[in-house]
Amino acid sequence: MLKVAIARRTGDFSLDVAFTAPNGVTAVLGRSGAGKSTLVSAVAGLVRPDEGRIMLGDVALFDRAARIDLAPRKRRVGVVFQESRLFPHLSVRSNLLFGRRRRRGATGPSFDQVVETLGIGALLPRSPRSLSGGERQRVAIGRALLSAPHALLFDEPLAALDSERKGEILPFLETLVREVSLPVLYVTHALEEAQRLAERLVVLAAGRIVAEGPLEQAIAAAGLASAGDRFLDGVTVEATVAELDERYGLTGLSLGAHRVWVPGLIGQPGDAARLRFLARDLALALVPPERTSVRNVLPGVVRGLKRGEGPYASVMVDVGGAVLRAEITRRAADDLQLAPGRVVYALVKSVAVSRA
Amino acid sequence: MLVALLLARGRFPGKTLLDGLVHLPLVLPPVVTGYLLLLSFGRRGLFGEALANCCGLVFSFRWTGAALAAGIMGFPLMVRAIRLSIEAVDRRLEDAAETLGAGRIGVLFVVTLPLAAPGLLAGLVLAFAKALGEFGATITFVSNIPGETRTLPAAIYTLTQTPGGDAAALHLVLVAIGLSLLALVASELLARRLASRIAG
Repeated sequence: MLKVAIARRTGDFSLDVAFTAPNGVTAVLGRSGAGKSTLVSAVAGLVRPDEGRIMLGDVALFDRAARIDLAPRKRRVGVVFQESRLFPHLSVRSNLLFGRRRRRGATGPSFDQVVETLGIGALLPRSPRSLSGGERQRVAIGRALLSAPHALLFDEPLAALDSERKGEILPFLETLVREVSLPVLYVTHALEEAQRLAERLVVLAAGRIVAEGPLEQAIAAAGLASAGDRFLDGVTVEATVAELDERYGLTGLSLGAHRVWVPGLIGQPGDAARLRFLARDLALALVPPERTSVRNVLPGVVRGLKRGEGPYASVMVDVGGAVLRAEITRRAADDLQLAPGRVVYALVKSVAVSRA
Repeated sequence: MLVALLLARGRFPGKTLLDGLVHLPLVLPPVVTGYLLLLSFGRRGLFGEALANCCGLVFSFRWTGAALAAGIMGFPLMVRAIRLSIEAVDRRLEDAAETLGAGRIGVLFVVTLPLAAPGLLAGLVLAFAKALGEFGATITFVSNIPGETRTLPAAIYTLTQTPGGDAAALHLVLVAIGLSLLALVASELLARRLASRIAG
């Protein structure tokens, strides 16, 4: 459990945040200049907050009132930086062992395990300069893991990579963050990454927390604050595989009390899966339609409505188990007399639902 | 090296003063430096007398004095080169090392100094070259005593002032050229190896 409550002012920028990150991945989402990097540096001990407290489990990493400010090396916080920061004069192996050697007797995954999970066995004798960006980042992740950390910080680890390399690393990250039972702070400006990796989300803007909580709730909450934001093109929800229709190649998932059908056979009954509903693919109806090709009709209640300047309106619909967002025209919203509390049916074509 | 480190990374009152003091021999006429050395480290000098009494260390008109003069003259060049190379080391790498559990001293020896190695070497070579060629301060401080304080440049100067010494002077000139070339080539090779290790 990582508890952060700090304030820091530099020039005319001020960071003032308070949140808790339990074991598992908490994504910190924000644009550049939102204060994400300052936050990471403060938790790692590389910059000193003006006020507040940072607790990791029972250990105070920083406590202004008690005049505690642990040195970075004593914080046991593994950091993966955007620019990997491997030591150019050391081999990949020495880089990986850099933290390990300094924390003897520490528990955690073994060297061989980490090397295998990250698929970097063949790189060990090489120099970091000869690695590709994706390889470097994998080594940096391994180095942080092997330093026997009590918490992990990822500071935009994929931002410097092209989309192909991102695709190469994301699966590794997914496996890793599920295996380690540590608080993981994953800082990014890309919602897609947060949706793939995180269970919780902290949305940061101009040094303040805009929304915080379980992933989909925080996204929905931030969506109400700023509809039309490119962050909020869709909503990702957790569902469970319930049945497979092998004849038609469809998978039925339970989402709350509903059954959602998506194309393709996904996993086994009981498996967790993430579904992504794009706002523009959602239609709303006041009565359940009959004889329609639309396979997914989810009854729900309007939770919020945001009319933009233009022809669009954004509607948040609570379907029980998830809050979906529908992007419709302002005129449709008026015709249907949509308002918070109104019962509606969210219509989603199966082919428009994708796995996140 | 310690001084270079202080100047590169330290923040303390009087930093500018120390910086100035270190670099003074670089801009002062060498004769002035030599005379100051004579005043302070001479037999009746401020430090010279104390050192002679306590440890029997005498600088004036001895080879030790020549070494001291050469050292003082080479020092600013060395500090300058080392300082620049330390400043060029990426602070972010040092930060990363600290988050991995390395202490300040550990970071210095495992990250900063290895990365600054080519610069350290350049500093040494510069200092060596300056020490080899030092003339003004040496001759003022310890004179030009054959077999004791006669440095290479001093010997060449003496020979050019002596009738019929041209041939011997030329010999020494060749020796000087040889030594300089050797130092340059050796440092270049070492620097290249170090650089390629760092650059991979």
